[in-house]
Amino acid sequence: MTASYSPMIDIQNVSKTFTLHNQGSALIPVMEGATLSVNPGECVGLIGASGAGKSTLMRLIYGNYLAASGHIMIGGLDVANAEPREILELRRKTLGYVSQFLRVVPRVSTLDVVAEPLLSVGTPVEKARDRAASLLAQLNIPERLWTLSPTTFSGGEQQRVNIARGFAYDYPAMLLDEPTASLDAQNRATVLNLIETAKERGAAIIGIFHDESAREQVCDRFIDVSAFAPKAAA
Amino acid sequence: MHPLLKVNNIKKMYGHRIGCTDVSFDLYPGEVMGIVGESGSGKSTLLNCLAGHLDTDGGEVIFDTRDRGPIDTLTMSEPERRMLGRTDWAFVHQHARDGLRMSVSAGGNIGERLMAVGDRHYGNIRDRAVDWLDRVEIDESRVDDRPTAFSGGMQQRLQIARNLVTGPRLVFMDEPTGGLDVSVQARLLDLLRGLVREMGLSAIIVTHDLAVVRLLADRLMVMKSGHVVETGLTDQVLDDPQHAYTQLLVSSVLQV
Repeated sequence: MTASYSPMIDIQNVSKTFTLHNQGSALIPVMEGATLSVNPGECVGLIGASGAGKSTLMRLIYGNYLAASGHIMIGGLDVANAEPREILELRRKTLGYVSQFLRVVPRVSTLDVVAEPLLSVGTPVEKARDRAASLLAQLNIPERLWTLSPTTFSGGEQQRVNIARGFAYDYPAMLLDEPTASLDAQNRATVLNLIETAKERGAAIIGIFHDESAREQVCDRFIDVSAFAPKAAA
Repeated sequence: MHPLLKVNNIKKMYGHRIGCTDVSFDLYPGEVMGIVGESGSGKSTLLNCLAGHLDTDGGEVIFDTRDRGPIDTLTMSEPERRMLGRTDWAFVHQHARDGLRMSVSAGGNIGERLMAVGDRHYGNIRDRAVDWLDRVEIDESRVDDRPTAFSGGMQQRLQIARNLVTGPRLVFMDEPTGGLDVSVQARLLDLLRGLVREMGLSAIIVTHDLAVVRLLADRLMVMKSGHVVETGLTDQVLDDPQHAYTQLLVSSVLQV
């Protein structure tokens, strides 16, 4: 990997306000002046008390939330001002997101759920399924479950399927929301290992980890999102 | 990349009442757009105007045709538009019986569309029909049965097979999972998603079911009283709705 000095993720002065039209048009400012950047191969941990805006920031970066102002540059695209199809293209090829919840079409097999990010960038089916199988095996999902839909799996199993899916394709930028929460020691070690490997290949990662020893192990530095709390509300 | 469909200022009046008005958007190849809104919001009116089933009171629907490039389909001659409806366009009705010929066998329903575009070889037509029955998970042994003998979910899958057999590039769908029970809906959604990806289809789906658009649509258009009140990436419109009506719509969904 050649050293790169331009950040993969570059966030400048982002603010976010919610307007609740059906509750007296209440204006709720939740973030102001959020600025941070992440270089390839680097993992940055978001910290701050519950409600400080860690997940809000993740959703802004992924394009689920509309920024009120500022810029969110990822691989040359400003998510804060992009067309839907540009964001979809970014999510296919550049930006991965491991959320805390698995959302899938019912009836699709676990193997295909995990292989889907690869199939959507045109990876041949056999190759995509091989990669999916290898990740599922690493994360200790028993092979007899691979042909079933994960909708009936236990919470822990669903979480591991979600992680396998998030790591199937080698995204240059990744967002990880509590990837090690509620995992046993062995699976936790596997996930931390996947994160280390992603960093080695040059992925820029932003993560939320409540598990302190996990975050000490994989994060290169931390950003306290409390610093981005709106001044007026403080 | 050029848009496959370019819609400019579509307007439809019912007397002095607004059906839909000021609707403009671009749809790119491979994109799936959902149109949501409560009943009476103008979403089905809009879909029928776009597909040429209803006359409009203004606007353009410019489709990037294979042979002649972008053409306004609203000013096309009737034979031209009908040809488009049999080749590059497909329309999946909410009620399968509106899109099927109920007195013709399942195989005949699929074959008819092939014959309409010039296929004359019986063996080929039957093979393609059987292949499509398989793709929509209807057993080959049912090829000679009439759709009247099929369940609602099977009829809907047959309608989809009949529509997609000619390899259209744009599919209009009006509540494709409406009226089906949830397990059948899930199966249909899975099927549609697979077909959209394999065939690189563009689609416009009208529905009032937000769970359906979450799974199928890349982008959303929210309609109220004939007007578009909000557009955007599906996740964004559902997770961070901006307009008062969309906020009400999203917060009214029962969580399961």
